[in-house]
Amino acid sequence: MNARPRTELAKVPTGIHGFDQIANGGIPRGRSTLLVGTAGSGKTVFALQFLLEGVRHYGENGVFVTFEEAPSDLMHNVSSFGWDLEGLVAERGIAVVDVTPEPGEETIATGPYDLSALLARLESAIRSVDAKRVILDSIGALFPQLTDANIIRRELHRIAAGLRALEVTTLVTMERTEEDGGVGRWGVEEFVADNVILLRNRLEQEKRRRTVEILKVRGATHQKGEYPFTIDAEDAVTVIPLSAIELKQKSSEIRVSSGIAELDKMCGGGMYRDSIILVSGATGTGKTMMVTQYIKAAIEAGEKALLFGAEESREQLTRNATLWGVDFDQAERDGLLKIVCRYPEVMGLEDHLIHMKREILEFQPKRVAVDSMSAFERVSSNKSFREFVIALTCTIKHLEITGLFTNTTSMLSGGESITETHISTITDTIILLRYVELRGEMRRGLTVLKMRGTFHDKDIREYVIDGSGLHIMAPFRGVHGILSGSPTYTFEDERARLADMFRGRSMEAQDGHIGD
Amino acid sequence: MSAFKLRLYVTGRTPQSQRAIANLRAICESELGGTYEVEVIDVLENPTLAENEKILATPTLVRRLPEPVRKIIGDLSDREKVLLGLDIEHIMGGNGR
Repeated sequence: MNARPRTELAKVPTGIHGFDQIANGGIPRGRSTLLVGTAGSGKTVFALQFLLEGVRHYGENGVFVTFEEAPSDLMHNVSSFGWDLEGLVAERGIAVVDVTPEPGEETIATGPYDLSALLARLESAIRSVDAKRVILDSIGALFPQLTDANIIRRELHRIAAGLRALEVTTLVTMERTEEDGGVGRWGVEEFVADNVILLRNRLEQEKRRRTVEILKVRGATHQKGEYPFTIDAEDAVTVIPLSAIELKQKSSEIRVSSGIAELDKMCGGGMYRDSIILVSGATGTGKTMMVTQYIKAAIEAGEKALLFGAEESREQLTRNATLWGVDFDQAERDGLLKIVCRYPEVMGLEDHLIHMKREILEFQPKRVAVDSMSAFERVSSNKSFREFVIALTCTIKHLEITGLFTNTTSMLSGGESITETHISTITDTIILLRYVELRGEMRRGLTVLKMRGTFHDKDIREYVIDGSGLHIMAPFRGVHGILSGSPTYTFEDERARLADMFRGRSMEAQDGHIGD
Repeated sequence: MSAFKLRLYVTGRTPQSQRAIANLRAICESELGGTYEVEVIDVLENPTLAENEKILATPTLVRRLPEPVRKIIGDLSDREKVLLGLDIEHIMGGNGR
């Protein structure tokens, strides 16, 4: 968080989720802020939410000036967010000034004019409900109505000054034709150039991605750059404040079990309660099995677990768990487990994030598992994927609970994936599951690659999966290059292997060229 | 009976307001004879009327009668445009001259 200089302007919290965080508190009190975006970028919803939150949560009434959409249409359109504008107008929490053009009306100018009538109506509306917040949506519509752009610019300047004198905080929306380039179409940016917010709605990998950027705020600080946001029926606009997320999570010394006793031992006594664990491996290495064990440990401890499935259906997950002796159905009935299965393709990553956060906050689990995290990588750009993981990680850590993500690598043995490189720095513990081809046989090896804040076993251990779960055995000795995918054997290994042979455990070792 | 019912919205006693009032008076006297009624409304004193009639700019001249309602903005110094906007020639001509 930035230190607050003494001269910083007072701000008004918008009440829009996440936005006040990136705006370091909100928009400047008593000033006008320009909200610019293309058609469909969410300007009106954003502005209305600012107005509504004012009435509902901050005891600040509002005036809503509409230039484009008739008030009745607008009220009807936003009722899908559960917003009762008509009710608020009736209760005198919000006053409406309707500046929409009459159908078929043409304006004849017979000499100089000004917009004093608009200002007088605005002032009267502000006084009538004792408003502290005003929105003008959207002023671009004035231009075709009145034709003389110079007069409009001059008059908007005067209106902004008038609003400032009335000490109301104003949000002015304006349409732009392109996502990038100049701020506005009409040269109005000079009129409220002090504070500018940009909303964008870009097509990225065939998915719409909305972002908000605070371009400038005079006399106050804010976070820079674009932040993704979503619009949905439940919370309307939700900004995801990524880099503004504070790294202030406490670090816990409490350990929890991974569900595999030997793995806990390798990790120096279990996982930290508020840590993020990444389990990475190729298909069939037992990642889902590890997830199942991890959830089983929670259930056995009487703690709640939330499982997000991205690749398998609830039925598949439940059936597999049953094979390994874990009754997911019963756990769900007991309220200890919640399984949420959604294919990554069904919506944008930001929407996934909002839904997942909501489900975590509602269910209040002690453990969260995502199987698999890499499935989400398929539907997004690297950047949004990274942002998604960071945001989810922060949510989990903030609640001081444990998170386990799985990652599917593309190569059977060795290799790394984008998910690994992208999120490995974010996670606290990384467990690699690898196929190891030894003397013509596929075996499996597990290693704890990293574990923050504790000593851990650095061996690569062999493990097997059977009907009762995942069992970690002895380290691979005398074998190099397992993680790179091309193991080689050293001479000492040959003796051990021969010893094995005489004990009759290993029948396959007929190949004579080992130990060269 | 007045053929024309006009309403002029102005802001206070600014020179622009005074000019609009004077221009309107001159046009009415020379073009409309005795068949008109004019109301002058100050939006600062009566914002509710301005709200109801959706007035944006001042001065705005509203022709309330004959219908349909028409609006003209500006200080009415462009006489030709005022006559055109009020459709005076057509209406006065149609009223039997």
